[in-house]
Amino acid sequence: MKRVQFNRLTSHVAPLLMDDVDTDQIIPARYLKVTDKQGLGEGLFAEWRYDRQGNTDPEFALNLSQAQGAEILLVGRNFGCGSSREHAVWALLAKGIRVVIAQSFADIFRGNALKNGLLVVQIGQSVHAKLAEMVVAAPSTEVTVDLASQELLIPDLGGVQFAIDEFSKRCLIEGLDSLGYLLSAETHIRKYEASHE
Amino acid sequence: MSSPKTLFEKVWEDHIVLQETGSPAILYVDLHLVHEVTSPQAFAGLEQKGLSVSRPERTVATMDHSTPTLPGSLAELDGAGAAQLRRLEQNCARHGIPLYPWGDAQQGIVHVIGPELGLTQPGMTIVCGDSHTSTHGAFGALAFGIGTSEVEHVLATQSLLQHRPKTFEISIDGRLPFGVTAKDLILALIAEMGIDAGTGHVFEYRGEAIRALDMEARMTVCNMSIEAGARAGMIAPDETTFEYLAGRRFAPKGRDWDRALERWRDLPSDAGANFDRRFTLDASRLSPMITYGTNPGMGIAIDGVVPEPESLPASEERQALQKALEYMQLEPGQPLEGQPIDVVFIGSCTNARLSDLRLAAELLEGERIAEGIRMLVVPGSESVRNRAEAEGLDTVFLAAGAEWRRAGCSMCLAMNGDRLGRGEYAVSTTNRNFQGRQGPGGRTFLASPLTAAASAISGKISDPRPLLARRRAR
Ligand code: SF4
Repeated sequence: MKRVQFNRLTSHVAPLLMDDVDTDQIIPARYLKVTDKQGLGEGLFAEWRYDRQGNTDPEFALNLSQAQGAEILLVGRNFGCGSSREHAVWALLAKGIRVVIAQSFADIFRGNALKNGLLVVQIGQSVHAKLAEMVVAAPSTEVTVDLASQELLIPDLGGVQFAIDEFSKRCLIEGLDSLGYLLSAETHIRKYEASHE
Repeated sequence: MSSPKTLFEKVWEDHIVLQETGSPAILYVDLHLVHEVTSPQAFAGLEQKGLSVSRPERTVATMDHSTPTLPGSLAELDGAGAAQLRRLEQNCARHGIPLYPWGDAQQGIVHVIGPELGLTQPGMTIVCGDSHTSTHGAFGALAFGIGTSEVEHVLATQSLLQHRPKTFEISIDGRLPFGVTAKDLILALIAEMGIDAGTGHVFEYRGEAIRALDMEARMTVCNMSIEAGARAGMIAPDETTFEYLAGRRFAPKGRDWDRALERWRDLPSDAGANFDRRFTLDASRLSPMITYGTNPGMGIAIDGVVPEPESLPASEERQALQKALEYMQLEPGQPLEGQPIDVVFIGSCTNARLSDLRLAAELLEGERIAEGIRMLVVPGSESVRNRAEAEGLDTVFLAAGAEWRRAGCSMCLAMNGDRLGRGEYAVSTTNRNFQGRQGPGGRTFLASPLTAAASAISGKISDPRPLLARRRAR
């Protein structure tokens, strides 16, 4: 069962330096009336990206020309709080985001991201502050994310280690759907059921 | 003797199918609740892989998020929302999953009907593609929201990959004062703890104030655990729980009931059980709460004032508050009492059960809502609606000038057409005041049903206590 693989990526960084960005902001509910995962990029940050007339707001961080084409999104703390909608992850992926770097993530968002090949990287406050300053001052700054070595390579700062659970890392690198693991445990599940009737 | 365990640990350990090193635990799921918005891609995934639903009898579906709250039938609906509802109907029919469709006498918000039907029981693991699944923790179940990939996992295997969360004891001592409800309690707790305090943890609410709550009030508390970032929120089952469950449609009966009771009585945390973290709150000093900002942690006592950004320590916090106040069009230092509003919404999985509607009706009886106020009362389920109507609550709401609707999520997330206009202010008994949550450009003040009803009468944010005192003195 092949899924999106993730190994190593180098990109400039789009900064959205806010805390507590909830999934209603990442994609508002009116975009959730779909039965597939297509076309959700349009709803990404819709409350902020568009003005009242539905035109693109040129001042919104991700609409700036220097943010275009960035595969890494840098956000503040507690990213993805609120609703469990996985559409938030699909919408980010649809817009070409492959890595989100934050000071922290909400639990459900983190799980959803990792199951879709969207890498979430949590870093400490001081590195976060330096990285934020750097990408705001020099938007073309490129950062490399290396999953195998669990390292961010940031110019001037060098390598910054990040944590990820072993299982998610394996799934991402090998492009495995974690459902495969559950299915392979079927006899254990049936045994559990039989002993808990 | 084994070491003392928490309620969470007992339920968690009892549901471990397999725990291999380097992998998350495989956790068995007793009950999987499904709704129209977060399930279609999961069913499609199953079909693409040629898989079937492992335990349809442990799966229950309802339509709630985008269903209209005016009478009608699915056949008359069109558009994307209707297509999603039809897809759920097809998926349930194809896989033999029981469904409470729009128009059914048992239909309602997924977190209202689970408990109501007796599906939600102590000691269970319960999941749903919905973050407010934490509601079911009020029964001593381990209940949490999952994403759509996980919905697919549970459909296919009736189990889930989970890293073990940490435990967090929330002690609420003292008794809630007059006019202060479970909603105020949880809003106060989130305001004090912050909206990410619970990340990676499962709350267990304990203490005198929690014991004193009835089941519906306990559900209100557990419902908003996710707004403090917690994975789940649990309350140990006790006589209040058992009394609520006895005789419900899917609750165990006869000898099974006795056996279940025996198991359930073993669930509460053992004396001396250890929690990873602790937080204490004194219920007796709480007031009715109201939010002023754009997340549920931005709340104050109803007689308080909007905080000043300068009073906050970190620059990020100052900026966030400024941004929130800009969106809300409120001034730092201003009182919220007396703030004019446009809409009052009583509904949602937080506060649309019979006891919530009774509280609102108690204040509204014989009153009229203020000129120019639009008030929507949306029961949490059709069964709540029927019981409310049997008591005449609908008459109270209608006579007061409110709209009395069919069950559903409605204006809580504004997917079904019920929504705020741009710039409108609402006092809402829901759980999220996020920007645009109740309609693009809409501005939400979260509060209890009492505060919502009092505010509807005056047309301004109002402390419900004086009116309630007059009512109760009669
Ligand atoms: S009432 Fe609101 S919070 Fe509850 S399930 Fe529906 S949309 Fe979600």
